[in-house]
Amino acid sequence: MVDYINIAIKGIFVENMIFAYFLGMCSYLAVSKTVKTASGLGAAVIFVLGVTVPVNWLLENYVLKEGALSWLGDEFKTLDLSFLAFIMFIAVVAAIVQLVEMLVEKFAPALYGALGIFLPLIAVNCSILGGALFMQERQYSTIGEATVFAVSSGIGWFIAIVALAAIREKIKYSHVPAPLKGLGITFIITGLMGIAFMSFSGISL
Amino acid sequence: MSEQVKEPLFSKKNRKLITDPLSENNPVTIQVLGICSALAITVSLEQAVVMGLSVLAVVSVGNVVISLLRNLIPDRIRIIIQLVAAASLVIIVNEVLKAFLPDMAEKLSVFVGLIITNCILMGRYEAFAMMNKPWPSFLDGIGNSLGYVWILLAVSFFRELFGTGKLFGMTILGDSIEKTGLYAYGYMNNNLIILAPFALFCVAIIIWIQRSVNKSLIEK
Repeated sequence: MVDYINIAIKGIFVENMIFAYFLGMCSYLAVSKTVKTASGLGAAVIFVLGVTVPVNWLLENYVLKEGALSWLGDEFKTLDLSFLAFIMFIAVVAAIVQLVEMLVEKFAPALYGALGIFLPLIAVNCSILGGALFMQERQYSTIGEATVFAVSSGIGWFIAIVALAAIREKIKYSHVPAPLKGLGITFIITGLMGIAFMSFSGISL
Repeated sequence: MSEQVKEPLFSKKNRKLITDPLSENNPVTIQVLGICSALAITVSLEQAVVMGLSVLAVVSVGNVVISLLRNLIPDRIRIIIQLVAAASLVIIVNEVLKAFLPDMAEKLSVFVGLIITNCILMGRYEAFAMMNKPWPSFLDGIGNSLGYVWILLAVSFFRELFGTGKLFGMTILGDSIEKTGLYAYGYMNNNLIILAPFALFCVAIIIWIQRSVNKSLIEK
């Protein structure tokens, strides 16, 4: 249990997807103009990360890793397919995003209305593939750990984008130097938020 | 068809494909694409060069591939096909890096893989290669990656120089421990610059300068 809490705190604060690794930066900058759309995209990211990373964990541990195919028989014991990881992960992400979109549309139309346009966008959001690749690199030992890592990274991303959207809504009323308007000042705000989040980096878990 | 006037290889229109993305239509500072990797790997010039070349290869070759296939790709599944093309090219780049530059592959870690979801790639495949001939697509790929590369180089130049006092791993400002060069006069490395947030400030400053020079780019 303590392990899970550690992974969760690390994912949300210490190794925040945005402030420590800049993952998913493109949609983070593009869709943070209002809090409402930002929280929609944030929720979609949590959801998709929470589904794709465990699936990719299974793929990694039962198909791709060296010796992962040993359940097929002895002759597969030395097989190492990890060079296929990128293409498999991105295929899984794209397929699941499509699937989730269809399921949500069918069974939860209200949620679909809220997330709708963001779901297809997410397939090319770096934070989703990034989550899968970090999961591969860090070698989480159980599927539980991988899921906790995925969901907490998603929550960290959610916090970051909602906070930025809130600041951007307010900054409309301030006198920003004209050449910095829009993109420039957003970068600076993100940098300052990143410095604030760096205060978590001293925490060793 | 044979009467069609053949366009010279480097006609004015084609040259524009390369020069436009360098400033007026820069993928990073104007189109806001490919920010993730532009920020994360600009700690040292060497990493920026390797990353830049990888993106150059994947975007230009990918553009040609997509452009050749553009009449065969069904509209509904084009995103998946583009992703598969990108992923295959990135796998090749990754294996090459692992084989010839293992240290660098280690340092770039997941960011090589993340070239797949680098928005410049998808942006160019979708917006340009899907409706243009291979040669213009190739030039467009080169132009956009060069636009990306120069931002990477500019940011990493400042970050490496002021953060560690080195360029390409060679000491420029002197030795910080033995107090030679500039350090003899009490100069110190600014450790903040190596950390993640400063990359954002660097890009913001580039945007500021660019938009001050070219007023038409200012956002309303």
